[in-house]
Amino acid sequence: MALTTSPPVEPRRGSPATDAAGLGRTRATAFVVPALALVAVFLVYPALWTIYLGLTNYRLTGLAAARPEVVGLENYARALSDPDFLNSLWLTLLYVLGSAVLGQCVLGFALAWMLRSAPRVVRTVVESLVMLAWILPSSVVAFLWIALLDRDNGTLNALLGTPGMGWLLQYPMLSIIVFNTWRGTAFSMLLFGAALNAVPPSQLETARMSGASAWQQLRDVVFPHIRGHVLTNLLLISLWTFNDFAPYLLTAGGPDGRSEILPIFVYQTAISDGLLGFGSAISLLMLLINLVLAVVYLRLLRERRP
Amino acid sequence: MTARDLVGRVAFYVVIAVITAFMAVPVLWLLSAPFDAAPSLTTSLPEWTWQNFTGLLENPYALTSLLNSVLLAGGSMVLVTALGALAAYALSRVHVPGRDVLLYVLLLLSSIVTGTAAMVPIFLLMFELNMIDSRLGVVLVLSGGLLPAAIFILKDFMDATPRSYEESARVFGAGPLQILRDVVLPTARPGIATIAVWAIVQVWGNFLTPFILLRSPEKSPAAVVLYTFYTEGGQADLGLISAFSLLYSIPVVVMYVFVNRRYGFRFHGGIKR
Repeated sequence: MALTTSPPVEPRRGSPATDAAGLGRTRATAFVVPALALVAVFLVYPALWTIYLGLTNYRLTGLAAARPEVVGLENYARALSDPDFLNSLWLTLLYVLGSAVLGQCVLGFALAWMLRSAPRVVRTVVESLVMLAWILPSSVVAFLWIALLDRDNGTLNALLGTPGMGWLLQYPMLSIIVFNTWRGTAFSMLLFGAALNAVPPSQLETARMSGASAWQQLRDVVFPHIRGHVLTNLLLISLWTFNDFAPYLLTAGGPDGRSEILPIFVYQTAISDGLLGFGSAISLLMLLINLVLAVVYLRLLRERRP
Repeated sequence: MTARDLVGRVAFYVVIAVITAFMAVPVLWLLSAPFDAAPSLTTSLPEWTWQNFTGLLENPYALTSLLNSVLLAGGSMVLVTALGALAAYALSRVHVPGRDVLLYVLLLLSSIVTGTAAMVPIFLLMFELNMIDSRLGVVLVLSGGLLPAAIFILKDFMDATPRSYEESARVFGAGPLQILRDVVLPTARPGIATIAVWAIVQVWGNFLTPFILLRSPEKSPAAVVLYTFYTEGGQADLGLISAFSLLYSIPVVVMYVFVNRRYGFRFHGGIKR
């Protein structure tokens, strides 16, 4: 892989590697080894093992559990002709585009932009609420949304005057997309907030004086300054959303697989149905997608820091 | 103020109000239902009572699960900060060949091999190691996942602390381990504290790993037990669920406020610190 030849993420300034405390090579090695061993066993090994597992017919129970056989690329061929898998892939794309790219990124930017000119009280209240949605444990927020969207007693139906509307059953994808937008906007808001601080106020002032509309200011003054941040943000929140298991707590992939995004699909096939080999093949695909997103992200970080 | 400005101002506040309502409405239930004598799913002003909290004491799994969460979060925090700090210090001060590549690969791995994407091999690994339904197993898996980012951030902290203290302590005849304890540890404390809180918050809220790796309800942490409260058959006990949710949420909110006050959150490779 090309990775090992890549230069370090962050070239250090000065010469950090001075052994000021007189630690010595041996002790230094003893310090590093326990951490690396843990990472090797519980992070690196599982990832590499997935490659092998995906080529077998490993099952949780039965004959193939005792003596799994290598079946080559059969799992992958099966995945590509499995309508459930293709459906899941499509739903995942919708989920990432809808909740991360459209939802979190747009709402996060809107908040960061508007709160700059809002009074301090408004700013504090809104920011705290957005942060709260982000830091509460996922089991808790999932139930809050179940209560909000409930068919008979949900607060949303009471507010909208639509009694008897089962949001999670009728619009499962829309529900989890809005849910994840609500849950994750904080990161985009904070990142864009920091990025907007770097836009020189004088340039904005000049644009305003020469009669540029709000939209023109955004496009011509703000956007060129924060382009890098937008990309960074998009890659990170896409990566996280792609690996998000929280919708399981809300809909468990249902009804009828209509919100079965890839993480839930893997859970259902591998852990619930016990098809470990097939599940591993799908996991490997997920790991590869993660790899692409992460490599692009790290490349981008490096380019921004000459 | 011209009429146009006024319209703009009103539109601005309408949009802010709509977003605030969108963010606030789901949370309101968490603040009202735990104190309501007859909680329903609809958010309403409560008929004040503490009964839902006393009811928690009678549930066999509620309090044990919080204890389990403390065990899992505490165990992972100790492992991640101790091993992470040692490794970060050595990597910061002693030149190990291939160090930069190692750090790069570690950081890359930790963002790729997520609990979700690697749930199958991790489940199988723990199955082969006979560690299904073991809390230690969950701690090891979660620590392995958190360590790369912890090492990376801690190394940054260590790089930023001046070496002159260590050098002068050495001149006065202190041994390496003594220097580590009396000089390095105190100067790196903000970094270590941040990582400790970060690790606790990550594990406290984690649902998937204990959900997959633990079988017995008496070993499960609050994240999993709460989920079983609202998915198991029959009428969900809303008083129990709401009071438990609030109790389970308070520690992370408190810790967040503490870290935010004390150190402020900064961004680092997408990790809040």
